Amino acid sequence: MIEIKDLHKSYRMGSNSLHVLKGLNLSIKEGELVAIMGSSGSGKSTFLNILGMLDEADTGEYLLDGVPIKNLNETKAAKYRNKFLGFIFQSFNLINYKTAIENVALPLYYQKVNRKDRQEKALKYLEKVGLKQWADHLPSELSGGQKQRVAIARALAAEPKVLLADELTGALDSKTSYEIMELVQEINDEGKTILVVTHEPDIAQMCKRIVHLKDGVIVEDTFVEQVRASQYVQ
Amino acid sequence: MFSRDRWQEIFQTIRKNKLRTFLSGFTVALGILIFTVLFGMGNGLKNTFNEFFMGDATNTFFIYPGSTSVPYQGFKKGRRIEFRNDDMEDIKKDFAMYLDKITPRSSKSLLASYKGESNTYSVRAIAPAYHEVEKNIIMKGRYLNDKDIKDRAKHVVIGRLVEIDLFGKSESAVGKYMDIGGVMYRVVGVFQDDGGDNDERFIYMPYTTRQLLDKGTDKIDEIVLTYKTEIGYAGAMAFDASLYRYLKDKHKVAPEDQNGIYLSNTADIVQRNMMFANVLQLVVLFVGIGTLIAGVIGISNIMVFVVKERTKELGIRKALGATPASVIGLVLQESIFITTIAGYIGLIMGMGLLELIGNNFKDDYFITNPGVGLNVVISATLILIFFGVIAGYIPARRAASVKPIVALRDE
Repeated sequence: MIEIKDLHKSYRMGSNSLHVLKGLNLSIKEGELVAIMGSSGSGKSTFLNILGMLDEADTGEYLLDGVPIKNLNETKAAKYRNKFLGFIFQSFNLINYKTAIENVALPLYYQKVNRKDRQEKALKYLEKVGLKQWADHLPSELSGGQKQRVAIARALAAEPKVLLADELTGALDSKTSYEIMELVQEINDEGKTILVVTHEPDIAQMCKRIVHLKDGVIVEDTFVEQVRASQYVQ
Repeated sequence: MFSRDRWQEIFQTIRKNKLRTFLSGFTVALGILIFTVLFGMGNGLKNTFNEFFMGDATNTFFIYPGSTSVPYQGFKKGRRIEFRNDDMEDIKKDFAMYLDKITPRSSKSLLASYKGESNTYSVRAIAPAYHEVEKNIIMKGRYLNDKDIKDRAKHVVIGRLVEIDLFGKSESAVGKYMDIGGVMYRVVGVFQDDGGDNDERFIYMPYTTRQLLDKGTDKIDEIVLTYKTEIGYAGAMAFDASLYRYLKDKHKVAPEDQNGIYLSNTADIVQRNMMFANVLQLVVLFVGIGTLIAGVIGISNIMVFVVKERTKELGIRKALGATPASVIGLVLQESIFITTIAGYIGLIMGMGLLELIGNNFKDDYFITNPGVGLNVVISATLILIFFGVIAGYIPARRAASVKPIVALRDE
């Protein structure tokens, strides 16, 4: 699903150049649940941004579902993001004046799905994350866990190839974190490829594969025995 | 641009962001309102000006005698010049190609009375051609005619207010006899004039009658004449110059003497007045442009603020697959929509206010019938929309080109 070959990225800081990613190689197959770990400054956020087409690598190859991601202009990047990727952010990033269902329906709007189908699909995914009865509530009326569920529903609604989650439990307490991870595992069980960036080992243990980044290189890449989140959830 | 979804998206943003909508709408509405009102007031000032100065005939010369200030051809200086009937006849004969109408005018303040009522009025002895000069409107009866002149008839035409003063509101003066300076005259007509109250307190009598009463003199105070409009401004100035020279020559006034005879030419005055009117127009235009610039700056500021405030939202939209074009379109379409509606509201309010002002400011502030052409206001609104779009486009484009990750980092 994802093929990364010799990926380099540096940032220019005044006269200095900061080499953040120093030749990453990674291959992720369909249906994997991968945790990307690393301390701050390890380059994991940069890596995720490149995967998410929010940023572009200097050199190297990035294939997403067989499509080379290279020299994208903004319009094309927007189309690819919409088609291939679903984002889940630490700070949820819901649009605060839109209700839950409107937030979930937004990527479908950019896919030019008609209104009726948008509503139907959005409701379906809200139901999937267990928030059907909260469909008409504004984000400000939802708890953190509920907001993240809405964000997950929104990421799923576009039916992307890959879900990219950036510290998705970073703003949540551990109980809620496990509930969210349970949901992520369920979605993964259905065959969705998911990448989770985290620095919490217990969250990483709930994935099937852990990739350790340090100083811009992959230092460890192991398949692990998945810890089911459901055992922590009553 | 015209998809229903886009509009729904915009209406939702407007509904959910009332303060922002109100602020930008208010700026535009206020801008257009002030523009409309100021421009309308300016036009009102111009209207007053036109009414004051453009009411009377504009192709008129007034010629009146003075005293010489230069000795000439054996005459000492300080000699009083006098016009007589033959001056008029000579002008008629020698300037036929320029001349339209000519009339003498001698004014005297006299006590006029009818039954118990009396008052002092300016009584002007004139020829019928004077009707053309003052552009009086006859309400009742008739104006003085050539027969009155020939017969030296004791006939007068009186202003509307003279009739009201002496005859009361209900009685008609026409056909009645009134005493003016101790002589009985028959009123043959009543006139009105839109030049203001003063112009309706005159009494006109045949100049021949006046001369008869002044012991058969043929002296006249002033000569008033109109020229043919087709000779144009240049022709009028040429006529002015040659007539002045002609009269000086005839009355033995030194060519360089400015005080022997006075000739005032409305063509010149009109030209000056037109220039003044143009300056007024320019001031009005300046005020209008100033207001518009203020409005444009206002809407620009708000657009910058709006885009800044929406940076994060636009970043989310981009992460979800919004193209830069759709982001820019969303921002601009909303701003155009608000600007148009608000501009329309400002326009209606401004027009309403001007309607309300109407002629209430006429006496104190010289503003008559203020108003603005619809096309002027619509172009003003379009200008505001145009600049609003430009002002919105620049920050919107920047917001659209910022990488979503940068926009989202802004916590």
